[in-house]
Amino acid sequence: MKKIINDVGQVEEQMVEGLVKAYPDYVKRIDGTTVVTRSQKKTGKVALISGGGSGHEPAHAGYVGKGMLDAAVAGAVFTSPTPDQVFEGIKEIATDQGVLMVVKNYTGDVMNFEMAADMARDEGIKVDEVVVNDDVAVDGSLYTVGRRGIAGTVFVHKIAGAKAEEGASLEEVKAVAEKVIANVRSMSMAITPCTVPAAGKPGFEIAEDEMEIGIGIHGEPGTHKEKMQKADQIVDQLLTKILADIDYSGSEVAVMINGCGATPLMELLIVNNHVSDVLKDKGIKVYRTFVGEYMTSLEMEGFSISLLKLDDEMKKLLDATADTPAFKVL
Amino acid sequence: MTDNTKVIEIIKAMAGIIHENAQFLTDLDAPIGDNDHGINMDRGFRKVLEDLPGLEGKDIGAILKKVGMDLVSTVGGSSGPLYGTAFMKAGAVAAGKNEIDANDFIAIMDAALGGVQLRGKAEKGEKTMVDAMIPAIEAMKKGVEEGKAPGEFLKDGVAAAKEGVEYTKTIIATKGRASYVGERSIGHQDPGATSFTFVLEAIAAAY
Repeated sequence: MKKIINDVGQVEEQMVEGLVKAYPDYVKRIDGTTVVTRSQKKTGKVALISGGGSGHEPAHAGYVGKGMLDAAVAGAVFTSPTPDQVFEGIKEIATDQGVLMVVKNYTGDVMNFEMAADMARDEGIKVDEVVVNDDVAVDGSLYTVGRRGIAGTVFVHKIAGAKAEEGASLEEVKAVAEKVIANVRSMSMAITPCTVPAAGKPGFEIAEDEMEIGIGIHGEPGTHKEKMQKADQIVDQLLTKILADIDYSGSEVAVMINGCGATPLMELLIVNNHVSDVLKDKGIKVYRTFVGEYMTSLEMEGFSISLLKLDDEMKKLLDATADTPAFKVL
Repeated sequence: MTDNTKVIEIIKAMAGIIHENAQFLTDLDAPIGDNDHGINMDRGFRKVLEDLPGLEGKDIGAILKKVGMDLVSTVGGSSGPLYGTAFMKAGAVAAGKNEIDANDFIAIMDAALGGVQLRGKAEKGEKTMVDAMIPAIEAMKKGVEEGKAPGEFLKDGVAAAKEGVEYTKTIIATKGRASYVGERSIGHQDPGATSFTFVLEAIAAAY
């Protein structure tokens, strides 16, 4: 394992510290925790908290700031944060309007956030949650715990965050978050695995001429391996699955081409070139495109495509001001 | 069967067996999960070890509850809430007790299983730790009813848990992160069922 770190036991700690030192105007850290909150507490409005394992930077702490999250909780690499940490975050940001937790659909994340919510409710804090499950690679119907939450989560942060900033009620913020979740679908692929620092070796192996389709954001294996193809063919495969999942015909969409951590921007743009063409051919109008690293998996080389089917409310909220370290609409 | 001093020794042994097998548990997690089960469990039990000296003289319920809280606050993932809830529920059954007999032990194990199922909503046959816990507890119950000594019924429990681990190799995961790899989970033993078996082995080794 070759990584630019100091100590595998200090990776999360030093990452959070580095972020806070880089953006002191935006974020601060709750002492003794890996919880990052806005440097200026929002009052009188619904507060949003999200989080997950570390290793997805800039998610989630990079989205703490005006128009998006109020707090993000970082667990160990690829491991859900613990309930006590989430609880500290909830207590810190809680307002009389309540707190919405944005959780990605992983067994551990859901359990830890729900335990934290129970703790917060015991102290009289109003807490509700939404669970994001945008990954079409995994079958949500029969044998699994449901689809995973991946890069589409960032759209939930953006749109629900904008709604909260408008002064909407907890019920209204939750409703728009649910609407995003109902209308966003994503799928990923990778050509290299990634190495959890504490594990010291990659989570899976992949041959030089192979790719993993349907990969998750934790270096966990995807649905299958196959021979490497050209970018356009890979895009066709992912888009086919996404477009088959909900009816996008005639709609306007927000597109996110997300790099998994070690994918050159050049390649992400090549991906977007074809995504854009395919959508145009199908009569789907692209309202806004985001290309970059939004939900990474350490140094994995690969990408995900997310398509959010928009309506007027979501368009307006997507366009609303967001000013965070990693996501800006100004 | 045991007093609070012995419970502390057993918990030390649990931490030891988890530490020795941390890499093995992590390796089991790689093909069907996210490559961290041993790392996370070891981190949790290291915290437990740190806190054990402060628990001397406390009742068994308080000891188990503190172990559960330590695990919940340090393990993370799904193992943290599951093992943490198991120990906390077990602690509730043993609250105020400085000594437990075989029947208390079964009640503690039942409560632990109840906690795991409450939190994880898993049933038998979904390739989870429950697939080792249920047969192990059934075997130990039978042993207790037959009047076997702790050393004997615990041995039966470990054997049944190991069979449960073997059984997890034959089935598709439908709970937890392993469910995402679908049929590719067949052939792999469940890391959580395996770590539970180690925990039970640590108890059995004390008799």
